[in-house]
Amino acid sequence: MTGLLNVNNLSVDFKTDSGKIKAIEDVSFQVKPGETVCIVGESGSGKSVTSLAIMRLLEFENGEISNGEILFKEEDLARKTQDEMSNIRGNDISIIFQEPMTALNPVFTIGRQLMEGIQHHQKVSKQDAEKKAKELLGLVGINDIEDRMYQYPHELSGGMRQRVMIAIALACDPKLLIADEPTTALDVTIESQILTLLNELKEKTNMSIILITHDMGVAAEIADKIVVMYAGKIVEQGSVYQLFDEPTHPYTKGLLKSIPQDKGPRLKRLYSIQGTIPSLTQLPKGCRFHPRCEFATEKCLQEEPPLLKANEREVACWNYEDVIKKEVKQT
Amino acid sequence: MIAAGENKTVEKKISQQEKNVLLEAQHLKKYFPIKEGMFKKNKRYVRAVDNISLKIFEGETFSLVGESGSGKSTLGRALLRLQEPTDGRLFFQGEEITSLGKKEMREIRKDMQVIYQDPFGSLNPRMKVSDIIGEPFEINRQKSGKEKDKKVCELLELVGLDPERRNRYPHEFSGGQRQRIGIARAIALNPKFILADEAVSALDVSVQAQVVNLMKDLQDQLGLTYLFIAHGLNIVRHISDRVGVMYLGHLVEVGEVEEMYERPAHPYTSALISTNPTPDPRAKREKVVLKGEIPSPSNPPSGCRFHTRCPLATERCRKETPKLTPLAEGRKVACHYPLI
Repeated sequence: MTGLLNVNNLSVDFKTDSGKIKAIEDVSFQVKPGETVCIVGESGSGKSVTSLAIMRLLEFENGEISNGEILFKEEDLARKTQDEMSNIRGNDISIIFQEPMTALNPVFTIGRQLMEGIQHHQKVSKQDAEKKAKELLGLVGINDIEDRMYQYPHELSGGMRQRVMIAIALACDPKLLIADEPTTALDVTIESQILTLLNELKEKTNMSIILITHDMGVAAEIADKIVVMYAGKIVEQGSVYQLFDEPTHPYTKGLLKSIPQDKGPRLKRLYSIQGTIPSLTQLPKGCRFHPRCEFATEKCLQEEPPLLKANEREVACWNYEDVIKKEVKQT
Repeated sequence: MIAAGENKTVEKKISQQEKNVLLEAQHLKKYFPIKEGMFKKNKRYVRAVDNISLKIFEGETFSLVGESGSGKSTLGRALLRLQEPTDGRLFFQGEEITSLGKKEMREIRKDMQVIYQDPFGSLNPRMKVSDIIGEPFEINRQKSGKEKDKKVCELLELVGLDPERRNRYPHEFSGGQRQRIGIARAIALNPKFILADEAVSALDVSVQAQVVNLMKDLQDQLGLTYLFIAHGLNIVRHISDRVGVMYLGHLVEVGEVEEMYERPAHPYTSALISTNPTPDPRAKREKVVLKGEIPSPSNPPSGCRFHTRCPLATERCRKETPKLTPLAEGRKVACHYPLI
């Protein structure tokens, strides 16, 4: 079955003073209609770069797609011009960011910013745009809509601003919503409200969501499928149940193990993956995770493992059979 | 003179009754004036910390949780007098520190240190790591030259960094490593008490686990007492002995961590815990979804401050402010209708 979005062998380079840096390499995944895919990883893993590449916003950050294709409804976004892209951005694909304060324009009212998007993409009168804007604010659960339309971003709380961002993103009924750490800056109570809202909107509109997060808890709550990234590559991907029930890559396993539990007996020490994520300019030879991996063998030091089907999901590890069998050691 | 005499007797009482109380606040208040109107007359106040009394025991980890705007950071800073309290009294090691002068306070501050959230903003980018960690010795004229250098190396080793890298600058270190540098600086003078204000919140999970383990190890080795301010509820459960829950400047519940997570007494605590994302895709928990958001602290609701969002609020809650009262062993709650 073909997905709404098929990312195939995507690689992205960044131009720096010290030459080209490969930010992501050979990234392939699929998003089906109505599906929520979470891209999980630590800072520097390339999860945000992946989302910027899909939106073709990389060019503004000195990045370029060096290989691969981004098939959206069978059209390759990687080959589109920026002019063509600006018709797709905000129309078929929308994005919301972590910090709703900087993403909204502080000198325009909420209403004006909402209507701007609608009028840009759809040929409608001002009255119709205003009507649609109010509908959208209602859809994302904002009260006192008449007042809110004429307020400025600074008059709203963080959670409200994120709701407005979502309303703007939904203005043209996108098929795909990309949410880059949408709840990281919010309190847990508000985070829960926003995640519930995203789930409800997905049910109502059958859009697909790509949610980027570093929080496995958030992924557990909202994802159908999880893509785990490490140092620019996908190390494991599968359904949310597969990954949580039987993590097959040592990194996924370590990541899950280092989350403090919210019930049951407390451990004296938290499990922690030794070392830190390598800099993209100094990637280790062989498997990128091997310096931090307790399952590493001679082969891992020499050869990079491909992402292959194993244990009913995709995993990039030479020793995955061992990983399934053995518990990670408490350091 | 009379006042001073009174203070002495109070001090004595406290030190005799509970030998192991390290830090105590009595009716602590911190109000920030809102200047408004043509002549900038103070009309209103933000009551960031409103009449809070609490004790922190020696060797324990006490955590403060609550949404942003609840006043947890202000309380932390007021406890150390990094922000002068508006009212109330503070005791450290049985001694009243509420009105100590700058010089005396500096002496006491050797025993109270802070680790901040942002490992990028809290280290001076123009200073070498050895100077950052050595600065406490300079300020207190304790060590210099080779002796200081030796101590810096010891500290770096203690927090798991290579002493060889002491002459480098902060930008050459990763986020987690920088937080270790912040910790090394905080423990340089052998303090008794450390305020960790969102010290691990900005770190990635795998790094966060490393830093939390380090903090626990140091606590065992050096007998430290932590006041841990955080919004990540799972990490709080892991690291704390006792937890205080704050809402709009009030302490609404205090208790032992595991018991409190198991059976919260305040509806707000219950909501916080239930909305905390669980790393388990099958956990379909009954969520207490809170209506709306935390109200502005400049204009808090009447009666119980939580009544506007509370699923159980009654007429009484709208009128009468509940006091923090003992409920069970070690538990206190400020609610007219506690859940247990």
